Amino acid sequence: MTPRGRPAGFGAFVAASALLLSACGGGGGGDTDTGDTDGATDGGATTGIVSVNSTEPQNPLTPGMTNEVGGGLAVKNIFAGLVYYDADGAVHNEMAESIESEDNQTWTIKIQDGWTFSDGTPVTAQSYVDAWKYTSLLSNGQNQQYFFHDFAGWSEEEDSEISVEVVDDLTFTAELAFPSADFVLSLGYTAFMPMPEVFFENPDIYADAPVGNGPYVVESWEHENVISLRPNPDYPGPREPQNGGIDLVVYTDEDTAYNDLLGGNLDIITNVPASAFQTFEDELGDRAVNQPSALIQVINVGEWLEEFQGEAGLLRRQAISHAIDREQVTETVFAGTRTPATDFTSPVVDGWSEDIPGSEVLQYDAEQAKSLWDEAESMDPLGGDYTLQIASNADSDHQPWIDAVCNNVRSVLEIGCEFYPYPTFDEFLDARDKGEVPGIFRGGWQADWPAMSNFLGPIYGTGAGSNDAQYSNPDFDAKITEAGAAESVEESTTLYKEAQEILFQDLPGIPLWYQNATAGYADTIGDVQFGWDSDPILHEVTKAE
Amino acid sequence: MPENRYPSTPGQPAPRTGQEHYTAPFDEGGLGAVDAVETTEAPRSFWRESWREMRSRAMFWVAAAIIVLVLVVAAFPGLFTSVHPRLDCSLSLSLDGPTAGHPFGFDFQGCDIYARTVYGARASVLVGVMATAMVIVLGTAIGAIAGYYGGWFDTILSRITDIFFAIPLVLAAIVIMSITANRTSFTVAFVLALFGWTSIARITRGTVLSVKNNEFVTAARALGMGRGAILLKHVLPNSAAPIIVYATVALGTFIVAEATLSFLGIGLPPSVVSWGGDISTAQRAIRISPEIMLYPAGGLALTVLGFIMMGDVVRDALDPKARKR
Amino acid sequence: MLWYLGRRLLQVIPVFLGATLLLYALVFLRPGDPVNALGGERGLPEAVQDEIRARYNLDQPFLVQYLLFLRGVFTLDFGVDFRGREILDVMAGAFPVTFQLALMALAIEAIFGVGFGLVAGMRKGGWFDGSVLVMSLFVIAVPTFVIGFVAQLGLGVRLGWFPVTAGRDPDFYSLLMPAIVLGAVSFAYVLRLTRTSVAENLSADYVRTARAKGLQRSQVTGRHVLRNSLIPVVTFLGADLGNLMAGAIVTEGIFNINGVGGTLYDAIVRGENVTVVSLTTVLVLVYIAANLLVDLLYAALDPRIRYA
Repeated sequence: MTPRGRPAGFGAFVAASALLLSACGGGGGGDTDTGDTDGATDGGATTGIVSVNSTEPQNPLTPGMTNEVGGGLAVKNIFAGLVYYDADGAVHNEMAESIESEDNQTWTIKIQDGWTFSDGTPVTAQSYVDAWKYTSLLSNGQNQQYFFHDFAGWSEEEDSEISVEVVDDLTFTAELAFPSADFVLSLGYTAFMPMPEVFFENPDIYADAPVGNGPYVVESWEHENVISLRPNPDYPGPREPQNGGIDLVVYTDEDTAYNDLLGGNLDIITNVPASAFQTFEDELGDRAVNQPSALIQVINVGEWLEEFQGEAGLLRRQAISHAIDREQVTETVFAGTRTPATDFTSPVVDGWSEDIPGSEVLQYDAEQAKSLWDEAESMDPLGGDYTLQIASNADSDHQPWIDAVCNNVRSVLEIGCEFYPYPTFDEFLDARDKGEVPGIFRGGWQADWPAMSNFLGPIYGTGAGSNDAQYSNPDFDAKITEAGAAESVEESTTLYKEAQEILFQDLPGIPLWYQNATAGYADTIGDVQFGWDSDPILHEVTKAE
Repeated sequence: MPENRYPSTPGQPAPRTGQEHYTAPFDEGGLGAVDAVETTEAPRSFWRESWREMRSRAMFWVAAAIIVLVLVVAAFPGLFTSVHPRLDCSLSLSLDGPTAGHPFGFDFQGCDIYARTVYGARASVLVGVMATAMVIVLGTAIGAIAGYYGGWFDTILSRITDIFFAIPLVLAAIVIMSITANRTSFTVAFVLALFGWTSIARITRGTVLSVKNNEFVTAARALGMGRGAILLKHVLPNSAAPIIVYATVALGTFIVAEATLSFLGIGLPPSVVSWGGDISTAQRAIRISPEIMLYPAGGLALTVLGFIMMGDVVRDALDPKARKR
Repeated sequence: MLWYLGRRLLQVIPVFLGATLLLYALVFLRPGDPVNALGGERGLPEAVQDEIRARYNLDQPFLVQYLLFLRGVFTLDFGVDFRGREILDVMAGAFPVTFQLALMALAIEAIFGVGFGLVAGMRKGGWFDGSVLVMSLFVIAVPTFVIGFVAQLGLGVRLGWFPVTAGRDPDFYSLLMPAIVLGAVSFAYVLRLTRTSVAENLSADYVRTARAKGLQRSQVTGRHVLRNSLIPVVTFLGADLGNLMAGAIVTEGIFNINGVGGTLYDAIVRGENVTVVSLTTVLVLVYIAANLLVDLLYAALDPRIRYA
């Protein structure tokens, strides 16, 4: 028995948008070659059904509930929001006519006329306002209420309506609690999609037969087996399906999906299993995808750990960071499917940088590491038999890299180092939230939208939702607020970089590497591209019958 | 000597021909000697007889050699290698082939596979043997009592068995292991045994049900032997074969199950090297270097082989019918 | 006999109550907080968590939750899981294919295990006996994952002899390879149990009597030896049916079968208490039925065993 490949381990999350900075580095992926494709007609629509591996959605397929990969891929194809993101990561209007604001705080949103849900009812401003209010209300118990925390009127304590008001059928306004330059960028995220009236009357239908307004409709949903998506004939938007439909086939084991791809039973795999990291680029050739994505892995240092507090604690953090040979671990353990980190964000976001002052701490330097550790020992001795624990949930495949990092730490710092496993994700989460993790611990963050801000505020801001290390630095908080209100993109980028300088000084988390999107597809399909969020852009895929 | 075994009483006249009836006094006839008990020789007990039988088999010595070897490796791994299984690792050696001093090559983390196989013996053998021992004791006791005494004993014990059958090991292990502060080979073996005794109890019960109807049981009862004594002296030895067989195979599956639990973070601490753990981690390299799995799996197979052969010899020795042939 | 059957059926009630209570206690004691984990890495605010707990009665005391579950069992309304799906539907989706797979695996291990074990036991120490020993060592030492993976890659992907995965609505043929893989370890048990019992019974007095009476070797084997050797084997098979259904996690994963093992495992890891207990409740019934059947078979295999 082995734990099954489960994306849920990462926790997070469907993301939705992209500003691609490095134009699709790594293998294949980016631009495709219809030339390879048998019978796929250039440009025009094809009629084949494309099969894609997926996982059984863990929630009803609603924008307010869906927060994991399997459901996310379905939701983004059966719903259309105000904006969408193209393969190159740029933001385009989908349903929006215009999204405007004078002060980045009060927004007026106009939507296009003529859109309908798949049950025939029109999509109006009311559909948005109702959906957003529903999701944000605590008593509705929605997984995605988090995304409305920054709206004016939201309260963590009790039900309170957010400031979103209908102006007319096609216009509504939204007021934020504070200015945010990223608001438009965030609106492509699935949490902000509209909902039809039928949902508010009978939400239960979304567990079986969701009603949406996207490029595809759910033809059938055989639970634990397949979700069959077919083109929505009434879809008036820019994401016109180029194929005859999508079958999201449920797999519980990534190795199995990969073998099915090799065996010709599956068109696209969205994740390469760890066992095939070394081989998939040879086996799939130019049909292998290995490109940067918006996912960074770090080791968080809980503020509750005494040995990492104060001046000696900071030296220890730096020593550990210097002791990790990121190049070698990413090459050996991950076979190049991870890229050593140089900052706290991701190569796919604007403003990503390799030379933020302080980022030298990410360089492997055994001598420096040892001397920093020794210095800390002279200030606040832990003793030679100290054992560093690196905690993670064990129901996902984290032990190989933790073992490798521990081998680094053991040989460089001459202290003990062990993996500290939690059997289930929720146990890990619980220990983290209560500040009970007895060592440093794994952290992974997949951005919801491709902005530097998304990698910083939500994770390192004081009291922020995902501030698992319980880090708090008023200077950092001030910088983030300042950057959010900045007039220009350049200005905010500069401020976010300065905020990262503070992080490099404090090291609340030790950046490890960026996770690549690894995927592959069959030679029977064409025009396959993967977005910055690691998801395939399904409506563009062509396949002959 | 026949003469000595049927001694005629000295001084007694030989039966004369022509006498109509002659009845020899009982102690005069040779027959008395037939029933005589040899008092000069110590009684040969069932167990002593079995032991003698076992020693005479070549297979016993082969099995014993394997088991002793495994136990010595488990107890004193340092005698067999000077390389540390966990600390002498280097990622730069990941999946490298055999070199001088490293006969099996290196695993994914660049650790010496030979050293890991040697050091992995202790945890694996400890968990396997302890879990098997516990399962045999618990399962045999419950199964034998249920099968032999029947009635309410059977009803209650069998229904308890049914309940335990239903508990998923993973769930039980998550709960029990998370309330156990100090996880050792013993606690892992305990959890495996707590939810692994049911099959052996059922098998024991079934066999005992059949064996208790045999003539020798009836005979023993007729001779006035107590029920408990019959169960221990006659029924159980004659029911031993399937128990031994099941236990020897289970030994191997327990060693593998330990790995599963450890893999899920509910078994031994990750700092413990074990065959099962190495087999699981080797799965990651299955597409490129499947051979690295063979070494820990080989250690496991050798151990199971030793116990299966030993089980075979023990079973033969316990079976008086097989012995006579 | 009928009296015995009736009594055994009545005993289902305490077993059912005992098993579900024990299970409920275990899931209740399970560490971690599944509700918070619904929000993923972010977790959920307390107010939202409380709302969800109230919705699933998770804020109730242990006994109340257990009684609510019992009510669900008797009204055949198990409620919905965290995904909003009827648990009854989840079970209806998982059990049929699992049952089919488990029965196929059981048949395979029974046929090949008993067959090979019979031959090995009759020619103890011969080359066949040696080869099956090696074979059983192999399936014991090499984990199911590897056997399944190699079979899938070799026979499925490379040679194309078998479907790579079972897929939706699998037929007999696409479940064949999974069933073989699933039954492999149990095959070793059946084989060794049969072999030993056969070897033991061959030396039994009644066999020698039968041979002395002039019966053919094959007649003796079929009518006497095998039948008398089957008690432990049948016991094992009966106990194994439930294990094959609950424990096929790896096999189901490899061949992408939506079955009970995987569903149960996922539910345990996710902390879906009601799903765990509901699935296991059905498994309890399977265990009880299989064990009862085995007990009845005893009487057929060994006429001296009688039930009052």
